[in-house]
Amino acid sequence: MREFRMPSLGADMDAGTLVQWMVKPGDTVKRGQVVAVVETQKGAIEVEIWEDGMLDRLVVEPGAKVPVGEVLALLRADGEPAGAAAPAAPPVAPPPPPAIAPAARAAPAVPAAPAARARISPAARKLADELGVDIESVRPAEPGGVVSREDVERAAAARKGAEAPAGKPAAADWHAQMRKAIAAAMSRSKREIPHYYLATDIDVTPVMDWLAAENLRRAVAERLLPVVPLMKAVALTLREVPELNGVWENGAFRPSRPVHLGMAIALRGGGLVAPAIHDADSKGLDQLMADLRDLIMRVRGGRLRSSEMSDPTVTLTNLGEQGVEGVFGVIYPPQVAIVGLGKVVERPWVAGGAVGVRKVMTATLAADHRVSDGHRGGLYLAALGRLLQEPEKLR
Amino acid sequence: MSARTPDEIRTVIFDVLGAIAPETDPSTLVPGKPLREQLDIDSFDFLNVIIRLHEKLGVDIPEADYGELLTLDGAVAYLARRCAAD
Repeated sequence: MREFRMPSLGADMDAGTLVQWMVKPGDTVKRGQVVAVVETQKGAIEVEIWEDGMLDRLVVEPGAKVPVGEVLALLRADGEPAGAAAPAAPPVAPPPPPAIAPAARAAPAVPAAPAARARISPAARKLADELGVDIESVRPAEPGGVVSREDVERAAAARKGAEAPAGKPAAADWHAQMRKAIAAAMSRSKREIPHYYLATDIDVTPVMDWLAAENLRRAVAERLLPVVPLMKAVALTLREVPELNGVWENGAFRPSRPVHLGMAIALRGGGLVAPAIHDADSKGLDQLMADLRDLIMRVRGGRLRSSEMSDPTVTLTNLGEQGVEGVFGVIYPPQVAIVGLGKVVERPWVAGGAVGVRKVMTATLAADHRVSDGHRGGLYLAALGRLLQEPEKLR
Repeated sequence: MSARTPDEIRTVIFDVLGAIAPETDPSTLVPGKPLREQLDIDSFDFLNVIIRLHEKLGVDIPEADYGELLTLDGAVAYLARRCAAD
């Protein structure tokens, strides 16, 4: 029997509240499938499972706040017989008392025999999804009947009345939680990571001109944002200086071959998250634009996935839009580097002994001195500058 | 696309902005001040505004013209001109 545990969705997370199961016992699950929604200080996150198998049992019920690492469900691997490692009775010992908010925790939910499942109309299931109602908890008006839209509406209204204070935190509270999460991660970073900082000005005229020409021939909905070719360049260049891409764990650096580019995205009304665009170094610009669009929409809609929160290998922060010319970032642990991009401005630029007007951007690097030195960081920024002179290589 | 009055265009713009930044009240916008500052929208939101204006008004807005849509007044004047021309 395999254990599916509450994942760590970032250096600042110590517990999460299980909001919803997307699967039920007996369901076959595939690696990468979203199986649950967990509320964290940074909003609701869709949690994926990373093993194939059959869901044997849900250990934690929706509404329970549980620490990172706690068992949420038990999973049977493909071919593993039912109950191979889990005796039917007595049930497994309840997990140790959680360190956090015991009052909020439901009793371990291990139904001895699942009750006969109610039949549910597709329209009711869809509505429940829209209203955030756990469809499995809705009872039909008539015993043995089919769960209808009306039943879901009734359940939603009842929940609104009964659970309003215990539901999603109010905006102000949520904002305070977010600040707390950021404070924890950034304090840890500044306490533990010996940062060094570098900056360089890059002539981005070639890539910006290339982008303008490219967008001119594209329909409006297919245009690329200026940050997209920059994302690709930042990710590709990391292949040349791999000690900037990876994580510091247990006193050692673990490099990453793929570049999972954490994108610092500001939230309307304050706060920020930095979820990953996976394999950014090997994706084309259209794919990166599509991924960025999808990510921003889900950040704003509060539907990020666990892998996006937990596995960026480096972060990109782009404050140029606010008119900032240079940003020296704070590394998000356990990562070891953050690249900052400033505003693209027209400046006098000397090349070949002549002064011309060029589009110039300040690129910065904050990196972990335990893993790399300023010399290597400097090589990275120089390589980034070179690559941006050849926009055709970014496709 | 046929010509539209500035009021009609302003209504379309308010609809679009309301969908992008739902917490803002478009009637409080200062017409001559940059929209992005007033609404706290980024380039991603701004591109979505352009896409929706294109869908609703049927005018193509080349990237080179984005500068004309920075303020409410500018956007109304530009879009009225483009709707009349198309």
